[in-house]
Amino acid sequence: MSNANRTFKQHLIKNLDSNVRYDLRKKLEFRDVKVELGVVAKAEGSCKVTIGDTIVIAGTKLAIEEPYPDRPEEGSFSVNTELLPLSSPDFETGPPGIEAIEISRVVDRTLREGKAVDFKKLLIKKGEAAWIIFIDIVSINDDGNLLDAACMAALGALLNTEFPKVNKDGTIDYKTKSGKKLLVESMPLLVTVYKIGRHLFLDPIRAEEQFIDARLSVGTLEDGTICALQKGGDAPLTLEEIDQMIDIATKQAKELRKLFKGGGKGGKGKK
Amino acid sequence: MGKLLVQQKQIVVPGEVLAEGMDYLPGDGTFRDKNQIVANILGLVNLKGRLIKLIPLAGKYKPKRDDLVIGRVTDIVSKGWVVDINCAYPAMITLRDATADFIPKDADLSRYFNIGDYVIARITRVTSQNLIDLSMRGPMLKKLEGGRLIKINPTKVPRVIGKKASMINLIKEKTDCQILVGQNGLIWLNGDPKGEILAVNAILKIERESHLSGLTEEIEKFIDEGLKAI
Repeated sequence: MSNANRTFKQHLIKNLDSNVRYDLRKKLEFRDVKVELGVVAKAEGSCKVTIGDTIVIAGTKLAIEEPYPDRPEEGSFSVNTELLPLSSPDFETGPPGIEAIEISRVVDRTLREGKAVDFKKLLIKKGEAAWIIFIDIVSINDDGNLLDAACMAALGALLNTEFPKVNKDGTIDYKTKSGKKLLVESMPLLVTVYKIGRHLFLDPIRAEEQFIDARLSVGTLEDGTICALQKGGDAPLTLEEIDQMIDIATKQAKELRKLFKGGGKGGKGKK
Repeated sequence: MGKLLVQQKQIVVPGEVLAEGMDYLPGDGTFRDKNQIVANILGLVNLKGRLIKLIPLAGKYKPKRDDLVIGRVTDIVSKGWVVDINCAYPAMITLRDATADFIPKDADLSRYFNIGDYVIARITRVTSQNLIDLSMRGPMLKKLEGGRLIKINPTKVPRVIGKKASMINLIKEKTDCQILVGQNGLIWLNGDPKGEILAVNAILKIERESHLSGLTEEIEKFIDEGLKAI
């Protein structure tokens, strides 16, 4: 963010030099993460992720639509993010801004390229009808690291998704669940590594996030395959730094994945 | 004959009638409607003789003359600097009030204060149109270099400072930090990283528990325990 004060940033770097963060954590330590599935009654699937004071809720809504003409045998999903003005002094009402769009796109990329959902299994009738999943991400409170929280919430919502009942005439009865769960094929998770000065660290709070030089979001699968990358910030990254960041992110993603107990098929659906 | 409808320290909501008749005077946070005095804000009643005043429980900072505030320079204009002091109206530092030095006519003003710089300044004037003038001339008034800023609810600032600055001096002594408290809810700290975190946590604790009595002892205990832990 452009309004960051230079001398305050130097103070933060001084703190990081002596290995102290603004909330006493270590550099590569996450805050307490909590994942709650099924928090929204009217959504087909939902998940609330709490990282320290950051809270994000994601929900899924299912609809039946005609498949895209170039992929007549596949359903699809679409990710949309709304950053509520109540969640941060920086967010305004109105059409989604750069941050909201970035979150949507990066989460979409992680889930899509990580093949979390097998689109072929969403097909109802070739060329005519297929399920489409709308994933909506909403920020409840922003205390930094929205990207990671958003991706975890989106994945949690998918894991929690249950198909609604379809009537004989093809309309959907949203009030009745069919009992059929959406199959999540893999568990792609996004972990963002942030850089200030020469320091690499995870999970910044707001007070730190405003000073970052660069960040690299790494989406990984269970076996460490990278499925998405996104770089942000003005500062350049060296090759060694990128290697280091990917290692950090892969390791952290493994830890975070443990929070989704029993979810997903465990990478079986890949290939 | 006037009638008082509230007691000292009672919590009132906007629209609540506080007194009837012309014997009482409306103070801060109240207004007169015909022969009634009505609350304008959510707050605690403070009676002082015939004056009825409300102490707000929450809300934005309202600028007052002689307040010490911390603000961010947002713009440079021909006659000085525009400063955001966490309040609904922008404040202004004029060239004359900016430094003790002489500023030549065609000087580059960003050399004194640039956009994004934080300053601690004193309010010299608030007009009825809420034009706020700040001054940088005086002891302690300076540009803030280094350190970190935290923001608290402006209505809790008196509690953070304490009676005769007892609370803030306690924190300063124990944690060995430089601390400057602006009346507008911005607090600047600079010191050794560990002491600084302790000071921040202590201030946030005060903000959270400002309604409790015996807070100074509580905070002293809190800091002592924190010092032992690190």
